[in-house]
Amino acid sequence: MPLHKVWRVGANIDTDSLAPGAYMKLELKDIAQHALENNYPGLAQAIRPGDVLVAGPNFGIGSSREQAVGVLVSLGVKAVIAPSFSGLYFRNAYNLGLLAIVCADADRIPEGAQVEIDARQAQLRVHEDGREPFVLSCQRLPDFLIDMAEAGGLLNQLQRTYQARIDA
Amino acid sequence: MPAQTLAQKLIAKASGRQAVDQDDIVTCDVDLAMFHDSSGPRRLKPMLDKLGAGIWDKSKVVLVMDHYVPEEDDDSRRILKIARDWAGELNLPHVYDSIGICHVVVPQKGHIRPGMFCVGGDSHSPTGGAFGAYMFGIGSTEMLGVVVTGKIWVKVPRTIMMQWNGRLQAGVTAKDMMLHMIGLYGTNGADYNVVEFRGSAIDAMTMQERMTLSNMTAELGAQTGLIAPDATTVDFLQQAGVHEDVDLAHWVTDPDADYEVRSFDASSLAPMVAAPHSPGNAHPVDELAGTPVQVAYIGACTGAKLEDLRAAAAVLKNRKVATSVRLLVAPASQQDQRDAERQGIMKTLVDAGAQVFATSCGACSGYGNALAGADNVISSTARNFKGRMGSPDTNVYLASPYTVAAAALTGRVVDPRNILEGASDAAA
Repeated sequence: MPLHKVWRVGANIDTDSLAPGAYMKLELKDIAQHALENNYPGLAQAIRPGDVLVAGPNFGIGSSREQAVGVLVSLGVKAVIAPSFSGLYFRNAYNLGLLAIVCADADRIPEGAQVEIDARQAQLRVHEDGREPFVLSCQRLPDFLIDMAEAGGLLNQLQRTYQARIDA
Repeated sequence: MPAQTLAQKLIAKASGRQAVDQDDIVTCDVDLAMFHDSSGPRRLKPMLDKLGAGIWDKSKVVLVMDHYVPEEDDDSRRILKIARDWAGELNLPHVYDSIGICHVVVPQKGHIRPGMFCVGGDSHSPTGGAFGAYMFGIGSTEMLGVVVTGKIWVKVPRTIMMQWNGRLQAGVTAKDMMLHMIGLYGTNGADYNVVEFRGSAIDAMTMQERMTLSNMTAELGAQTGLIAPDATTVDFLQQAGVHEDVDLAHWVTDPDADYEVRSFDASSLAPMVAAPHSPGNAHPVDELAGTPVQVAYIGACTGAKLEDLRAAAAVLKNRKVATSVRLLVAPASQQDQRDAERQGIMKTLVDAGAQVFATSCGACSGYGNALAGADNVISSTARNFKGRMGSPDTNVYLASPYTVAAAALTGRVVDPRNILEGASDAAA
């Protein structure tokens, strides 16, 4: 399984931090350049496709604006790993193809570590330089959500359904 | 039939079952899908075009233009043009353009009734829960799913029953109750379960105050905030032109259902203020008394309905806003504004020095950056996350309309009950 580089952020990251209201009129890729800048200046520019965020509790509290998920997808973030999420953010994440992994022990994953993610088995394998990799368990998710994330989100899934109808 | 919470009954009906168990994942038929200019057409239209799909039932869709109105720049004009053109092309039957904020307009137009299962493209959609409807917020892509299929999944939640006994003191409101609970339990304290409100303090409340409770369950991280319908609900619905029978005996939580009760004494609650940068950073007003403010904002679905405007006017009557403060008032809907004009409330506010703004989301959503330059803002809105109201340099304090008005008078955070007492002394 691929390794994903870890960026750490704190607790209670809200949707105004992820997608600031002042930039909401812009296109997604442009809002993405301002993601988290109020709390972590430069992070949006440092993130590379395939990286993951590891956060404290209550990630994504606030608005229903799914741009708060979209900015991370746009930056290529593969997953957010946190002890808890706002329920609304959690739904939006899967709808847009971002893995929201609920892991009570997320704080054991340090910045700069690399993780392997097995969403179906609800397991993370954490690699740090000079240490034996260790495994963390996560909350098990229904298959339909993991299917949605793997499809790249609900729109892609619906597109397949509609395409199949047209072809039939 | 097993004993069920109100939430379970609503989900059971929507999923075509007799009863549902907590943690079941079920698919529900949606009775109403509401969205606005920001979350709606500009996001939905391109996705619908991509799918080559249409709307499952236009009669069940409500579109409200409230976020980017009045249009202040080319981006806003472009976003509104998309919404208006789309509504016209599809001939949508329920479109409310620039007449107020969706969470207030939609009930006022009679779209939300007890027993319904509704979704909204906005996080404050739990407001509809005040009517005994299961209503919650979703993102635009999930709304696309609803709009093409008419269905959505939910995991049946637990219910946290907030039991408010006693009666609120004069000058203390639903907003103070919510700030108190968010301070206690945190901004995700409900963990996407359902919060329900009951007790003598709730029974005594107007429908608009109940809406404030349900509205701010978003700040508790609840999926929705329910209140069982009663005679007050039925009266409001009749005013809104809804005359259908409501099964008041059915739409309640059964006494033997499985739920958690948390009890509060309304009569001992003080006005509350949430300091920057979280609604969970809540304190009794005395702890923050003396904090200077330069802008006082009475606005939003949370804090500028008729009852909110009335509260502000009770403080401001025959008084003047401090010269160091700008008081901005953006009524939640045109209906609220008209009612407030008829009752002399708008005149009281303007005479005190308030500037009146359009009936839209305005500064609350921060889309217009209206408050740039102010250090400290006190606001009757729901959120004070860093940058929420436009500028990351602005400190936003959340409070009730009474407390916001009192701060506008004095230029500092102050207990509004002191000023209300003065007002009644003067009258006596």
